[in-house]
Amino acid sequence: MGETRAFSMPVLIWSILSPILISIFVFMVRVGDEDKFIDWHHLHNIFRHISPYYWTYMGISAAVGLSIVGAAWGIFITGSSLVGAAVRTPRITSKNLISVIFCEAVAIYGLIVGIILATKAESVSPVEGARFSKQNMHAAYAFFGAGLTTGFANLACGLCVGVIGSSAALSDAQNSTLFVKILVIEIFGSALGLFGVIIGIIMATNAAFDAE
Amino acid sequence: MGYGFEALTYNIKDGYLEGIVRGHKTGLLTAADYNNLCQCETLDDIKLNLTATDYGEYLKDVPATLNTSTIVERCTQKLVDDWSHMRAHADEQLGTFLDYCTYGHMIDNVVLIVTGTMHDRDHTELLEKCHPLGMFDSIATLAVATSMRELYRLVLIDTPLAPYFSMNLTSEDLDEMNVEIMRNTLYKAYLDDFAQVCQKIGGSTAEVMGDMLAFEADRRALNITLNSIGTELTFDDRRKLYSNFGLLYPHGHQELSMAEDFEQVRAAMEKCPAYIPIFSRMSYGESQMLDKLLYEEEVRRSVLTFEQQFHYGVFYAYMKLREQEIRNIMWIAECVSQDQKSRIHDGIVFVF
Repeated sequence: MGETRAFSMPVLIWSILSPILISIFVFMVRVGDEDKFIDWHHLHNIFRHISPYYWTYMGISAAVGLSIVGAAWGIFITGSSLVGAAVRTPRITSKNLISVIFCEAVAIYGLIVGIILATKAESVSPVEGARFSKQNMHAAYAFFGAGLTTGFANLACGLCVGVIGSSAALSDAQNSTLFVKILVIEIFGSALGLFGVIIGIIMATNAAFDAE
Repeated sequence: MGYGFEALTYNIKDGYLEGIVRGHKTGLLTAADYNNLCQCETLDDIKLNLTATDYGEYLKDVPATLNTSTIVERCTQKLVDDWSHMRAHADEQLGTFLDYCTYGHMIDNVVLIVTGTMHDRDHTELLEKCHPLGMFDSIATLAVATSMRELYRLVLIDTPLAPYFSMNLTSEDLDEMNVEIMRNTLYKAYLDDFAQVCQKIGGSTAEVMGDMLAFEADRRALNITLNSIGTELTFDDRRKLYSNFGLLYPHGHQELSMAEDFEQVRAAMEKCPAYIPIFSRMSYGESQMLDKLLYEEEVRRSVLTFEQQFHYGVFYAYMKLREQEIRNIMWIAECVSQDQKSRIHDGIVFVF
């Protein structure tokens, strides 16, 4: 098939460009102390001054948003195959709705964590200038982490369930005895999202804002 | 589509059609259907048996005096309808792929018309014989051309076949030998191009179609060799007709181009591990079985493509399986109508 290229053009361009861009960023853009290569103290200061509400609500939006991206992606992967396969074998539609429901459940996981996090976001006021107390910052980071954990776990879970659901629909159309067997695989895939939810909830319950 | 990530993006455009084509594949005749067909005594029995299958709709209103060509024509119509339905629903990339699958029929049609015209056959009769998947608008005007250059300039320049023609254009007159060489050069250019398109699509499409097309290219190389043994075609010319890929490329081609009888061809082919099982099922000196064995291998590979999801190979495989099924029905119908029922099992290639 003619000559085969080891890697494509964009890869080549970016592998040259990205070291250049990174060095420009590191050497030209200096923040904090002029003499230090990386001024950790300054960076710490920046992070300490980011409002805890920012972290909390970023966590909530990541939890809900990423979960719903995962769920929607899974549903269209499953749904389009299901619709195509159902043209010839309509009997599979109601049975395979369960694959769509599995994907939907992923969105609900995100929603649950989102609600838990949202109820824990309380109003706090800064101490000593623009800084917040240690407990408040801990709570904020915990909520952010909980949101990211849930979001990414559910994104991957939604994709996984979606791909299996699509295969389940196609194989059920060919041979109806396969459906239950593939459903077992799908349940295991669906459990992955729960792991993220459990850790997310534990992180969220261990932290609380110190509302006065 | 990146490799391994088709699962995430394939269904955006092609998930529905993949479901459809797998549904069509369920409609292929089963071993039980073939058993029933083989029991038939008359063509009407065959029609009755086929009515219970996917072909039912198409055989409903056939004329009372049934013959083989009517049955085959109706069965082909089923494939054509499926195909045009899928083509109409296909998104861009899949649409191109589906078009590419039919270019082979287009080449066959061009050759059919040109050779038919050379032998002064009736024009409308020739057009009826053309495969409907390979039809294009200007096909009716093909008969006016007398040389390759005219053929290209007057008719084929507006068809998708034009690039393949322009690569291999000679101003030679059309005679039997030239037309056959033209068919094979066109096929070579077509297969090379198709293989490149599939590699560009990438992912498991490239993998699955790579296998399918490599087999197709090798089969053509084998057939070209067998057909050119004892003709005036030189070894170099023969080699020019082989595609530039496939399992035999390039060392197998070197040997094939030098082969002077069937045993030498066989020795060349058996150096390739994938083709040993085909030849080991054939005792020495028995070359007429080869066609059937190659068809069986093609069917086996086509069925295997359905084991993977999220790739375009299933569409190509469906076309191949349906065509094989139509060949089977034609063979059964011919055997029944000519009272040769003892030979009925010789020509059938079971799909499952």
